[in-house]
Amino acid sequence: MPRGTSSSVLLPDAPPPASAGVLRFEHVSVAFDDVPALQDVSFEVRQAETRIILGAAGSGKTVLLKTALGLVQPQSGSVHVFGQDITRMTEQQLFGIRSKLGMLFQESALFDSLTIEENVAYPLVNQKAIQCPIEDVSKRVREALRFVELEHTLSRFPSELSGGMRRRVAIARAVVTTPPLLLYDSPTAGLDPITAHTIMALIIKERDLSKIATLIVTHRYQDGALMANFRYNPDNGKLEPARGVGNNITRTTKFLVLREGRLVFEGTQAELEASTDAYISKFRKQSGG
Amino acid sequence: MALLEVVTGPILAVQEFYLLAGRALRNMFREPHYSDDIVLQMDNIGVGSLPIVVMTGFFSGAVMALQLARALAQWGQTGKVGTAVSITLVRELGPALTSLMVAGRNASGMASEIGSMKVTEQIDAMRALGTDPIQKLVTPRLIATCVVLPLLTIIADFVGVFGGYVVAAGMLDVNGRQYWTSVWQALGWDDVTQGLLKPFVFAFVIALVGCYYGLRASGGTQGVGRATTQAMVAASVLIFVLTFFLTRIFTSQLVSAS
Repeated sequence: MPRGTSSSVLLPDAPPPASAGVLRFEHVSVAFDDVPALQDVSFEVRQAETRIILGAAGSGKTVLLKTALGLVQPQSGSVHVFGQDITRMTEQQLFGIRSKLGMLFQESALFDSLTIEENVAYPLVNQKAIQCPIEDVSKRVREALRFVELEHTLSRFPSELSGGMRRRVAIARAVVTTPPLLLYDSPTAGLDPITAHTIMALIIKERDLSKIATLIVTHRYQDGALMANFRYNPDNGKLEPARGVGNNITRTTKFLVLREGRLVFEGTQAELEASTDAYISKFRKQSGG
Repeated sequence: MALLEVVTGPILAVQEFYLLAGRALRNMFREPHYSDDIVLQMDNIGVGSLPIVVMTGFFSGAVMALQLARALAQWGQTGKVGTAVSITLVRELGPALTSLMVAGRNASGMASEIGSMKVTEQIDAMRALGTDPIQKLVTPRLIATCVVLPLLTIIADFVGVFGGYVVAAGMLDVNGRQYWTSVWQALGWDDVTQGLLKPFVFAFVIALVGCYYGLRASGGTQGVGRATTQAMVAASVLIFVLTFFLTRIFTSQLVSAS
């Protein structure tokens, strides 16, 4: 979508057209104290598409997500969220944009001093653009917690929950506002395989039920493979292989690989598996593929 | 290059501190106001610090009475001990010691609490979820400290003067009525003014220094520990430095007025 044309101008609260870029990075570079974290990164995510961002520790994955949220300002390039360039926005202007994004932070980032109910209600109560009537807050919080099967933890504090439960509560907090774009920062990091699978199942469930754009950062190839090849079956509540006619999950799921802040690969799972690059194939090998 | 970094580091830190101070002050007049957080912080800083402030005030007054009585005895003026204790406490020791106690307890507490939130990405989460962390975390702490520190100082002054009375009446055989009369007569409006203005200024230092070091914490739990120590040391040193300059301003005004 070219910039500056009348067709590219979106009203602040207008929903994006079906083909519109939900998130677009254009030659984005970020540095901290002259140490580059992202270098000339460009990619685009459209509605109902999924991007799996793979990369070693320190390759700039988390910085990329924080740049998409406007928490980190790029030194050069531009970031477009729902057609709006957020690079020059003030913090107050960014609050409006951020209300359309859900984010799962790496360590969950739940507020220690608030109960689970207050944590999940936080975006509904504090984001002006959401405009959730106060009498609906409790209902929506319960729905979000029911989605992650933790409705019974309402009055508990984050410190009373296990790591996996905290991660699920953080997912509930991210989806409670039903944002059209969800960002997940290493959702399975530090979790046992069973809990990690539960978390991934929730992410796939949210993607398939809400038809939202998803950006997931991980260093585990198997998480990406799960996202690219499985879909949520609402009839039995389980994941099943996404095959057959009408399956476009594999087509709309692309892998990005970051290396020392540079985007070194963008393509489908088949293209990634065909790559002979030593760095890229390391991610494939870790899953035994 | 290394020399340039040595120079630019502190300058950037001062710039960041003033930016934080400016935004915290501006937020006092902007919506939303987190009144629950202000009350919570007033309880934490005010009620929480009361025991140590009372203890410090009482014993500093008692020690002042003991020390000054010895000096006054050389001129046979032991009865004037109330005058010396009240002026010293209300003008200098009350504000300085109370602020140092609150700095030790709360500047470090703010740095560790906000620092922990910073390293666990709770500050980022707050921004992502539509809240300005300065509005939510810094401004309520600043307002609460500015309200309660002068009140704590008044309590410390009174308890200190009472500590002086206990020593004067119990150990120095000074008449109680004489003590309280000398206390009352010694204090002028300028003493009370500087005795209340100082803690108000120190409140800015304590809250802003504590929050500043908390917000720039990095490097996990080790970074939080470092921020806590730096906040306490910086706030304490600044209180002493500002005490000197504020006293200098008040004494120069008195000299020019006379």
